[in-house]
Amino acid sequence: MYPPNFEYYVPSTVEEAVGLLDQHQGDAKILAGGQSLIAMMKLRLAQPAILVDINRIPNLAYVREDDKFLRIGATTRTAELSRSTIVQARYPILSDAGREIADPIVRNRGTVGGNVSHGDPGNDLPACLLAMGAEFEIHGPKGIRTLPARGFYQDTFVTSVATNEMMTEIRVPRPGAGTGSAYSKMERKVGDFATVGVGARVVVDSSGKILNAGIGLTNVGPTAIYATAASDFLAGKTDSDAVLAQAAVLARDASAPSPDNRGPVDFKKDMVRIWTRRTLRKALDRAKGGK
Amino acid sequence: MAIDAVEVQSAMPNHRSKTIHVTVNGVPRESHVEARTLLVSYLREHLKLTGTHIGCDTGHCGACTVLVDGTPVKSCMFLAVQSDGSEVRSVEGLETGGKLHPVQEGFHKEHGLQCGYCTPGMMMTSVALLAANPNPTEDEIRRGISGNLCRCTGYVNIVKAIQSAAKEMAAAPKGGP
Repeated sequence: MYPPNFEYYVPSTVEEAVGLLDQHQGDAKILAGGQSLIAMMKLRLAQPAILVDINRIPNLAYVREDDKFLRIGATTRTAELSRSTIVQARYPILSDAGREIADPIVRNRGTVGGNVSHGDPGNDLPACLLAMGAEFEIHGPKGIRTLPARGFYQDTFVTSVATNEMMTEIRVPRPGAGTGSAYSKMERKVGDFATVGVGARVVVDSSGKILNAGIGLTNVGPTAIYATAASDFLAGKTDSDAVLAQAAVLARDASAPSPDNRGPVDFKKDMVRIWTRRTLRKALDRAKGGK
Repeated sequence: MAIDAVEVQSAMPNHRSKTIHVTVNGVPRESHVEARTLLVSYLREHLKLTGTHIGCDTGHCGACTVLVDGTPVKSCMFLAVQSDGSEVRSVEGLETGGKLHPVQEGFHKEHGLQCGYCTPGMMMTSVALLAANPNPTEDEIRRGISGNLCRCTGYVNIVKAIQSAAKEMAAAPKGGP
Protein backbone atom coordinates (compact mmCIF):
# COMPACT_ATOMS: atom_id res chain seq x y z
CA MET A 1 0.00 0.00 0.00
CA TYR A 2 1.14 3.51 -0.82
CA PRO A 3 -0.04 6.65 0.93
CA PRO A 4 -1.84 9.10 -1.38
CA ASN A 5 0.42 11.69 -3.02
CA PHE A 6 1.42 14.67 -0.95
CA GLU A 7 3.89 17.52 -1.02
CA TYR A 8 6.76 16.98 1.34
CA TYR A 9 8.51 19.79 3.23
CA VAL A 10 11.43 19.50 5.62
CA PRO A 11 11.64 22.69 7.69
CA SER A 12 14.76 23.30 9.73
CA THR A 13 13.19 25.55 12.37
CA VAL A 14 9.95 25.58 14.36
CA GLU A 15 9.11 28.97 12.83
CA GLU A 16 9.48 27.58 9.33
CA ALA A 17 7.29 24.59 10.23
CA VAL A 18 4.60 26.84 11.69
CA GLY A 19 4.84 29.09 8.61
CA LEU A 20 4.14 26.11 6.36
CA LEU A 21 1.23 25.00 8.53
CA ASP A 22 -0.19 28.52 8.48
CA GLN A 23 0.23 28.88 4.73
CA HIS A 24 -1.52 25.58 4.04
CA GLN A 25 -4.00 25.63 6.88
CA GLY A 26 -6.12 22.54 7.07
CA ASP A 27 -4.29 20.83 4.19
CA ALA A 28 -1.01 20.26 6.04
CA LYS A 29 -0.18 17.71 8.70
CA ILE A 30 2.92 17.43 10.83
CA LEU A 31 4.92 14.26 10.26
CA ALA A 32 6.72 13.35 13.48
CA GLY A 33 7.28 9.64 14.12
CA GLY A 34 4.63 8.74 11.56
CA GLN A 35 3.66 5.54 13.34
CA SER A 36 -0.02 6.50 13.35
CA LEU A 37 -0.11 9.00 10.49
CA ILE A 38 1.54 6.87 7.79
CA ALA A 39 -0.72 3.91 8.56
CA MET A 40 -3.77 6.20 8.48
CA MET A 41 -2.65 7.61 5.14
CA LYS A 42 -2.17 4.15 3.66
CA LEU A 43 -5.66 3.20 4.81
CA ARG A 44 -6.99 6.53 3.41
CA LEU A 45 -8.24 7.51 6.84
CA ALA A 46 -6.11 10.63 6.40
CA GLN A 47 -5.18 12.32 3.10
CA PRO A 48 -3.22 15.47 3.90
CA ALA A 49 -2.09 17.36 0.80
CA ILE A 50 1.08 18.46 2.56
CA LEU A 51 3.37 16.81 5.08
CA VAL A 52 5.64 18.93 7.22
CA ASP A 53 8.40 16.63 8.44
CA ILE A 54 9.68 18.06 11.74
CA ASN A 55 12.26 15.33 12.35
CA ARG A 56 15.15 17.44 11.11
CA ILE A 57 14.44 20.44 13.30
CA PRO A 58 17.42 20.55 15.68
CA ASN A 59 17.09 20.67 19.47
CA LEU A 60 13.56 19.30 19.52
CA ALA A 61 14.45 15.88 21.00
CA TYR A 62 15.51 16.04 24.64
CA VAL A 63 14.57 14.97 28.15
CA ARG A 64 15.85 17.32 30.85
CA GLU A 65 14.82 18.52 34.26
CA ASP A 66 15.14 22.00 35.70
CA ASP A 67 14.00 23.33 39.08
CA LYS A 68 10.35 23.42 37.98
CA PHE A 69 9.71 20.84 35.28
CA LEU A 70 10.70 17.74 33.45
CA ARG A 71 10.89 19.05 29.90
CA ILE A 72 10.42 16.69 26.99
CA GLY A 73 11.02 17.89 23.44
CA ALA A 74 8.26 17.06 20.98
CA THR A 75 10.34 14.79 18.72
CA THR A 76 11.78 12.74 21.59
CA ARG A 77 11.18 9.08 20.71
CA THR A 78 8.95 7.25 23.16
CA ALA A 79 11.73 4.66 23.60
CA GLU A 80 13.80 7.41 25.23
CA LEU A 81 11.32 7.76 28.10
CA SER A 82 12.02 4.36 29.57
CA ARG A 83 15.77 4.74 28.89
CA SER A 84 16.10 8.10 30.66
CA THR A 85 17.55 7.69 34.16
CA ILE A 86 15.83 10.91 35.32
CA VAL A 87 12.47 9.55 34.15
CA GLN A 88 13.07 6.14 35.72
CA ALA A 89 14.05 7.67 39.06
CA ARG A 90 11.52 10.46 39.42
CA TYR A 91 8.74 10.02 36.84
CA PRO A 92 8.15 6.26 36.83
CA ILE A 93 4.65 6.77 35.40
CA LEU A 94 6.36 7.83 32.16
CA SER A 95 8.90 5.01 32.10
CA ASP A 96 6.04 2.57 32.80
CA ALA A 97 4.16 3.99 29.80
CA GLY A 98 7.37 4.08 27.77
CA ARG A 99 7.55 0.31 28.08
CA GLU A 100 3.90 -0.23 27.14
CA ILE A 101 3.36 1.99 24.10
CA ALA A 102 2.88 -0.14 20.98
CA ASP A 103 6.01 -2.31 20.58
CA PRO A 104 9.78 -1.73 20.85
CA ILE A 105 10.31 -0.97 17.16
CA VAL A 106 7.40 1.46 16.93
CA ARG A 107 8.80 3.17 20.05
CA ASN A 108 12.06 3.80 18.20
CA ARG A 109 10.15 6.11 15.84
CA GLY A 110 6.98 7.23 17.60
CA THR A 111 7.45 10.57 19.33
CA VAL A 112 6.24 11.93 22.65
CA GLY A 113 4.80 15.00 20.92
CA GLY A 114 2.93 12.82 18.43
CA ASN A 115 1.58 10.48 21.09
CA VAL A 116 0.36 13.48 23.09
CA SER A 117 -1.06 15.64 20.30
CA HIS A 118 -2.56 13.00 17.99
CA GLY A 119 -5.66 12.91 20.18
CA ASP A 120 -6.26 9.19 19.88
CA PRO A 121 -7.86 8.03 23.16
CA GLY A 122 -5.78 4.85 22.82
CA ASN A 123 -2.47 6.71 23.12
CA ASP A 124 -0.91 5.98 26.50
CA LEU A 125 0.87 9.21 27.42
CA PRO A 126 -2.16 11.54 27.67
CA ALA A 127 -3.56 9.70 30.72
CA CYS A 128 -0.15 9.94 32.39
CA LEU A 129 0.16 13.64 31.66
CA LEU A 130 -3.39 14.33 32.88
CA ALA A 131 -2.53 12.51 36.12
CA MET A 132 0.72 14.46 36.49
CA GLY A 133 -0.86 17.87 35.78
CA ALA A 134 1.43 18.45 32.80
CA GLU A 135 1.33 21.37 30.40
CA PHE A 136 2.16 21.75 26.74
CA GLU A 137 4.06 24.44 24.89
CA ILE A 138 2.42 25.28 21.57
CA HIS A 139 4.01 27.39 18.84
CA GLY A 140 1.76 29.24 16.42
CA PRO A 141 2.09 32.08 13.91
CA LYS A 142 1.29 34.60 16.65
CA GLY A 143 3.74 33.24 19.18
CA ILE A 144 3.95 30.71 21.97
CA ARG A 145 1.21 29.64 24.34
CA THR A 146 1.07 27.15 27.15
CA LEU A 147 -1.92 24.90 27.71
CA PRO A 148 -2.64 22.57 30.62
CA ALA A 149 -3.15 18.89 29.79
CA ARG A 150 -6.48 19.01 31.60
CA GLY A 151 -8.94 20.46 29.10
CA PHE A 152 -6.63 19.83 26.15
CA TYR A 153 -8.47 16.81 24.78
CA GLN A 154 -11.78 17.86 23.22
CA ASP A 155 -12.85 14.85 21.21
CA THR A 156 -11.35 11.91 19.36
CA PHE A 157 -8.46 13.34 17.28
CA VAL A 158 -9.50 16.85 18.37
CA THR A 159 -7.26 18.80 20.73
CA SER A 160 -6.70 22.47 21.52
CA VAL A 161 -3.86 22.66 18.98
CA ALA A 162 -5.02 24.61 15.92
CA THR A 163 -4.16 23.46 12.40
CA ASN A 164 -1.49 26.18 12.14
CA GLU A 165 0.12 25.34 15.48
CA MET A 166 2.68 22.84 16.64
CA MET A 167 3.39 21.33 20.05
CA THR A 168 7.06 21.79 20.90
CA GLU A 169 7.50 20.82 24.54
CA ILE A 170 5.77 18.68 27.15
CA ARG A 171 6.32 19.88 30.71
CA VAL A 172 5.70 17.74 33.75
CA PRO A 173 5.83 19.52 37.12
CA ARG A 174 8.75 18.33 39.22
CA PRO A 175 7.38 16.00 41.87
CA GLY A 176 7.78 17.03 45.50
CA ALA A 177 8.64 14.79 48.45
CA GLY A 178 6.27 11.87 49.01
CA THR A 179 5.19 11.63 45.36
CA GLY A 180 4.62 8.28 43.69
CA SER A 181 3.33 7.55 40.21
CA ALA A 182 2.55 4.56 38.02
CA TYR A 183 0.94 3.60 34.73
CA SER A 184 -0.66 0.23 34.04
CA LYS A 185 -2.09 -1.02 30.80
CA MET A 186 -4.41 -3.93 30.26
CA GLU A 187 -3.73 -5.08 26.71
CA ARG A 188 -4.58 -8.19 24.77
CA LYS A 189 -1.12 -8.44 23.26
CA VAL A 190 1.99 -6.38 22.68
CA GLY A 191 1.33 -3.66 20.14
CA ASP A 192 -2.39 -3.41 20.80
CA PHE A 193 -4.06 -0.31 22.14
CA ALA A 194 -5.12 -0.53 25.76
CA THR A 195 -8.32 -2.29 26.70
CA VAL A 196 -7.96 -0.04 29.74
CA GLY A 197 -4.99 2.08 30.83
CA VAL A 198 -4.66 3.92 34.11
CA GLY A 199 -2.11 6.55 35.13
CA ALA A 200 -1.96 7.55 38.80
CA ARG A 201 -0.03 10.10 40.82
CA VAL A 202 -0.25 10.39 44.61
CA VAL A 203 1.47 12.59 47.16
CA VAL A 204 1.59 11.31 50.75
CA ASP A 205 2.84 12.87 53.98
CA SER A 206 4.97 11.06 56.54
CA SER A 207 1.91 9.70 58.35
CA GLY A 208 0.63 8.03 55.18
CA LYS A 209 -2.12 10.57 54.56
CA ILE A 210 -2.77 11.27 50.87
CA LEU A 211 -2.31 15.00 50.26
CA ASN A 212 -3.42 14.96 46.65
CA ALA A 213 -3.81 12.63 43.71
CA GLY A 214 -4.41 12.54 39.97
CA ILE A 215 -5.87 9.74 37.89
CA GLY A 216 -5.93 9.57 34.08
CA LEU A 217 -7.64 6.92 31.96
CA THR A 218 -6.68 5.55 28.52
CA ASN A 219 -9.06 4.29 25.81
CA VAL A 220 -12.27 4.24 27.82
CA GLY A 221 -13.97 7.22 26.21
CA PRO A 222 -13.74 9.50 23.18
CA THR A 223 -10.62 11.10 24.68
CA ALA A 224 -8.15 10.38 27.44
CA ILE A 225 -10.05 11.14 30.64
CA TYR A 226 -9.02 12.91 33.82
CA ALA A 227 -11.00 11.21 36.61
CA THR A 228 -11.73 14.38 38.58
CA ALA A 229 -14.06 12.99 41.25
CA ALA A 230 -11.80 10.03 42.00
CA SER A 231 -8.72 12.25 42.15
CA ASP A 232 -10.36 14.85 44.41
CA PHE A 233 -11.85 12.17 46.65
CA LEU A 234 -8.40 10.90 47.63
CA ALA A 235 -7.14 14.27 48.91
CA GLY A 236 -6.95 14.19 52.70
CA LYS A 237 -7.77 10.48 53.00
CA THR A 238 -5.61 8.02 54.89
CA ASP A 239 -4.36 5.23 52.64
CA SER A 240 -6.39 2.05 53.03
CA ASP A 241 -7.70 -0.62 50.70
CA ALA A 242 -11.24 0.63 51.34
CA VAL A 243 -10.32 4.18 50.31
CA LEU A 244 -8.65 2.98 47.13
CA ALA A 245 -11.68 0.81 46.34
CA GLN A 246 -13.95 3.85 46.68
CA ALA A 247 -11.72 5.95 44.44
CA ALA A 248 -11.68 3.12 41.91
CA VAL A 249 -15.48 3.12 41.74
CA LEU A 250 -15.44 6.88 41.10
CA ALA A 251 -12.89 6.39 38.30
CA ARG A 252 -15.07 3.66 36.82
CA ASP A 253 -18.00 6.09 36.81
CA ALA A 254 -15.88 8.68 34.98
CA SER A 255 -15.24 6.28 32.10
CA ALA A 256 -17.41 6.08 28.98
CA PRO A 257 -16.01 3.20 26.94
CA SER A 258 -17.39 1.91 23.64
CA PRO A 259 -17.84 -1.78 23.02
CA ASP A 260 -15.36 -3.29 20.57
CA ASN A 261 -13.31 -6.44 20.11
CA ARG A 262 -11.55 -5.67 23.38
CA GLY A 263 -14.77 -6.16 25.30
CA PRO A 264 -18.24 -4.88 26.09
CA VAL A 265 -18.95 -1.71 28.06
CA ASP A 266 -19.64 -3.31 31.44
CA PHE A 267 -16.44 -5.34 31.27
CA LYS A 268 -14.34 -2.34 30.38
CA LYS A 269 -15.87 -0.22 33.12
CA ASP A 270 -15.17 -2.89 35.67
CA MET A 271 -11.61 -3.18 34.39
CA VAL A 272 -11.25 0.58 34.97
CA ARG A 273 -12.22 -0.05 38.59
CA ILE A 274 -9.78 -2.91 39.07
CA TRP A 275 -6.83 -1.35 37.26
CA THR A 276 -7.36 1.99 39.02
CA ARG A 277 -7.15 0.25 42.38
CA ARG A 278 -4.00 -1.64 41.39
CA THR A 279 -2.31 1.38 39.85
CA LEU A 280 -3.06 3.55 42.87
CA ARG A 281 -1.54 0.87 45.08
CA LYS A 282 1.58 0.79 42.94
CA ALA A 283 1.86 4.59 43.00
CA LEU A 284 1.38 4.63 46.79
CA ASP A 285 4.03 1.96 47.27
CA ARG A 286 6.41 4.06 45.23
CA ALA A 287 5.50 7.20 47.20
CA LYS A 288 6.47 5.33 50.34
CA GLY A 289 9.84 4.39 48.89
CA GLY A 290 9.07 1.05 47.25
CA LYS A 291 9.62 0.15 43.63
CA MET B 1 4.53 9.49 -24.36
CA ALA B 2 3.41 8.72 -20.88
CA ILE B 3 7.01 8.31 -19.88
CA ASP B 4 7.89 11.79 -21.19
CA ALA B 5 5.09 13.26 -19.13
CA VAL B 6 6.36 11.57 -16.01
CA GLU B 7 9.89 12.79 -16.66
CA VAL B 8 8.78 16.36 -17.23
CA GLN B 9 6.78 16.24 -14.05
CA SER B 10 9.60 14.81 -11.98
CA ALA B 11 11.97 17.50 -13.21
CA MET B 12 9.71 20.19 -11.79
CA PRO B 13 10.29 21.28 -8.20
CA ASN B 14 6.89 20.18 -7.03
CA HIS B 15 7.75 18.79 -3.58
CA ARG B 16 6.12 15.51 -4.57
CA SER B 17 9.44 13.86 -5.26
CA LYS B 18 12.97 14.26 -4.11
CA THR B 19 16.50 13.13 -4.80
CA ILE B 20 17.90 11.26 -1.83
CA HIS B 21 21.37 10.06 -0.89
CA VAL B 22 21.31 6.89 1.15
CA THR B 23 23.95 4.34 1.98
CA VAL B 24 22.35 0.93 1.74
CA ASN B 25 24.35 -2.00 3.07
CA GLY B 26 27.51 0.04 2.64
CA VAL B 27 26.76 1.11 -0.95
CA PRO B 28 26.12 4.84 -1.49
CA ARG B 29 22.99 5.40 -3.58
CA GLU B 30 21.49 8.43 -5.23
CA SER B 31 17.83 8.00 -6.16
CA HIS B 32 14.92 10.11 -7.21
CA VAL B 33 11.79 8.96 -5.39
CA GLU B 34 8.23 10.10 -4.94
CA ALA B 35 7.72 11.55 -1.46
CA ARG B 36 5.12 8.90 -0.75
CA THR B 37 7.48 6.02 -1.51
CA LEU B 38 7.92 3.94 1.62
CA LEU B 39 11.39 2.83 2.58
CA VAL B 40 10.36 -0.80 2.13
CA SER B 41 9.15 -0.11 -1.43
CA TYR B 42 12.34 1.80 -2.17
CA LEU B 43 14.43 -1.17 -1.04
CA ARG B 44 12.34 -3.79 -2.79
CA GLU B 45 11.25 -2.05 -5.98
CA HIS B 46 13.94 0.55 -6.71
CA LEU B 47 16.97 -1.34 -5.42
CA LYS B 48 15.56 -4.84 -5.98
CA LEU B 49 16.57 -5.82 -2.45
CA THR B 50 13.65 -8.13 -1.87
CA GLY B 51 14.99 -9.70 1.31
CA THR B 52 12.98 -7.18 3.32
CA HIS B 53 9.41 -8.43 3.44
CA ILE B 54 6.09 -6.63 3.57
CA GLY B 55 3.77 -8.33 6.02
CA CYS B 56 0.85 -6.46 7.56
CA ASP B 57 1.70 -3.13 5.86
CA THR B 58 0.37 -1.22 8.92
CA GLY B 59 3.22 -1.28 11.41
CA HIS B 60 2.21 -4.28 13.48
CA CYS B 61 4.13 -7.33 12.32
CA GLY B 62 7.75 -6.18 11.99
CA ALA B 63 8.52 -8.30 8.90
CA CYS B 64 9.84 -5.15 7.18
CA THR B 65 12.23 -4.20 9.99
CA VAL B 66 15.52 -2.69 8.80
CA LEU B 67 18.18 -0.66 10.59
CA VAL B 68 18.33 3.07 9.91
CA ASP B 69 21.53 4.45 11.41
CA GLY B 70 21.63 1.33 13.57
CA THR B 71 18.10 1.65 14.95
CA PRO B 72 15.43 -0.90 14.00
CA VAL B 73 12.46 0.70 12.27
CA LYS B 74 9.47 -0.70 10.44
CA SER B 75 10.28 0.28 6.88
CA CYS B 76 6.61 0.18 5.84
CA MET B 77 5.99 3.08 8.24
CA PHE B 78 8.95 5.16 7.15
CA LEU B 79 9.22 7.25 4.00
CA ALA B 80 12.20 6.73 1.75
CA VAL B 81 12.74 10.51 1.73
CA GLN B 82 13.17 10.35 5.49
CA SER B 83 16.21 8.13 5.03
CA ASP B 84 18.04 10.87 3.09
CA GLY B 85 21.57 11.08 4.51
CA SER B 86 21.22 7.87 6.53
CA GLU B 87 22.77 4.46 6.54
CA VAL B 88 20.25 1.71 5.95
CA ARG B 89 21.04 -1.92 6.65
CA SER B 90 18.78 -4.71 5.46
CA VAL B 91 19.11 -8.47 5.70
CA GLU B 92 21.23 -8.49 2.53
CA GLY B 93 23.83 -6.49 4.47
CA LEU B 94 24.34 -9.06 7.22
CA GLU B 95 26.58 -11.49 5.38
CA THR B 96 30.14 -10.25 4.93
CA GLY B 97 32.68 -11.78 2.56
CA GLY B 98 30.64 -14.91 2.03
CA LYS B 99 30.41 -15.51 5.77
CA LEU B 100 27.02 -15.46 7.47
CA HIS B 101 26.46 -13.05 10.35
CA PRO B 102 26.38 -14.83 13.76
CA VAL B 103 22.66 -14.05 13.95
CA GLN B 104 22.11 -15.78 10.60
CA GLU B 105 24.23 -18.70 11.81
CA GLY B 106 22.14 -18.85 14.98
CA PHE B 107 18.84 -18.95 13.07
CA HIS B 108 20.30 -21.67 10.84
CA LYS B 109 21.75 -23.77 13.63
CA GLU B 110 18.80 -23.51 16.03
CA HIS B 111 16.14 -23.76 13.32
CA GLY B 112 14.82 -20.29 14.22
CA LEU B 113 12.41 -20.24 11.30
CA GLN B 114 9.82 -22.32 9.55
CA CYS B 115 8.19 -20.43 6.70
CA GLY B 116 10.85 -17.72 6.93
CA TYR B 117 8.59 -14.77 6.25
CA CYS B 118 9.31 -12.95 9.52
CA THR B 119 12.98 -13.96 9.52
CA PRO B 120 14.64 -10.95 7.83
CA GLY B 121 12.89 -8.52 10.20
CA MET B 122 13.44 -10.79 13.16
CA MET B 123 17.16 -10.98 12.39
CA MET B 124 17.55 -7.21 11.96
CA THR B 125 15.89 -6.64 15.33
CA SER B 126 18.19 -9.31 16.83
CA VAL B 127 21.29 -7.64 15.41
CA ALA B 128 20.32 -4.32 17.02
CA LEU B 129 19.34 -6.06 20.24
CA LEU B 130 22.72 -7.76 20.55
CA ALA B 131 24.59 -4.58 19.62
CA ALA B 132 22.88 -2.78 22.52
CA ASN B 133 22.92 -5.71 24.92
CA PRO B 134 25.50 -8.40 24.04
CA ASN B 135 24.41 -10.77 26.80
CA PRO B 136 20.61 -10.54 27.07
CA THR B 137 18.48 -12.66 29.39
CA GLU B 138 15.71 -14.74 27.87
CA ASP B 139 13.23 -12.16 29.17
CA GLU B 140 15.15 -9.32 27.51
CA ILE B 141 15.21 -11.25 24.23
CA ARG B 142 11.48 -11.93 24.38
CA ARG B 143 10.70 -8.30 25.14
CA GLY B 144 13.21 -7.16 22.53
CA ILE B 145 11.55 -9.10 19.73
CA SER B 146 7.99 -8.39 20.86
CA GLY B 147 7.49 -6.05 17.89
CA ASN B 148 8.21 -8.88 15.44
CA LEU B 149 5.47 -11.42 14.96
CA CYS B 150 6.16 -15.04 14.03
CA ARG B 151 3.18 -17.28 13.34
CA CYS B 152 5.15 -20.53 12.95
CA THR B 153 7.77 -21.16 15.57
CA GLY B 154 6.15 -20.19 18.84
CA TYR B 155 9.37 -18.16 19.31
CA VAL B 156 11.18 -20.90 21.25
CA ASN B 157 13.78 -21.55 18.56
CA ILE B 158 14.06 -17.86 17.72
CA VAL B 159 15.06 -17.18 21.32
CA LYS B 160 17.56 -20.04 21.12
CA ALA B 161 18.93 -18.66 17.85
CA ILE B 162 19.55 -15.26 19.41
CA GLN B 163 21.15 -16.86 22.48
CA SER B 164 23.38 -18.89 20.17
CA ALA B 165 24.36 -15.73 18.26
CA ALA B 166 25.14 -13.93 21.52
CA LYS B 167 27.46 -16.75 22.53
CA GLU B 168 29.21 -16.83 19.19
CA MET B 169 29.66 -13.07 19.15
CA ALA B 170 31.03 -13.11 22.71
CA ALA B 171 33.52 -15.80 21.73
CA ALA B 172 34.72 -13.80 18.71
CA PRO B 173 34.63 -10.16 19.79
CA LYS B 174 36.72 -8.95 16.83
CA GLY B 175 35.04 -8.16 13.55
CA GLY B 176 31.51 -8.04 15.01
CA PRO B 177 28.61 -6.34 13.24
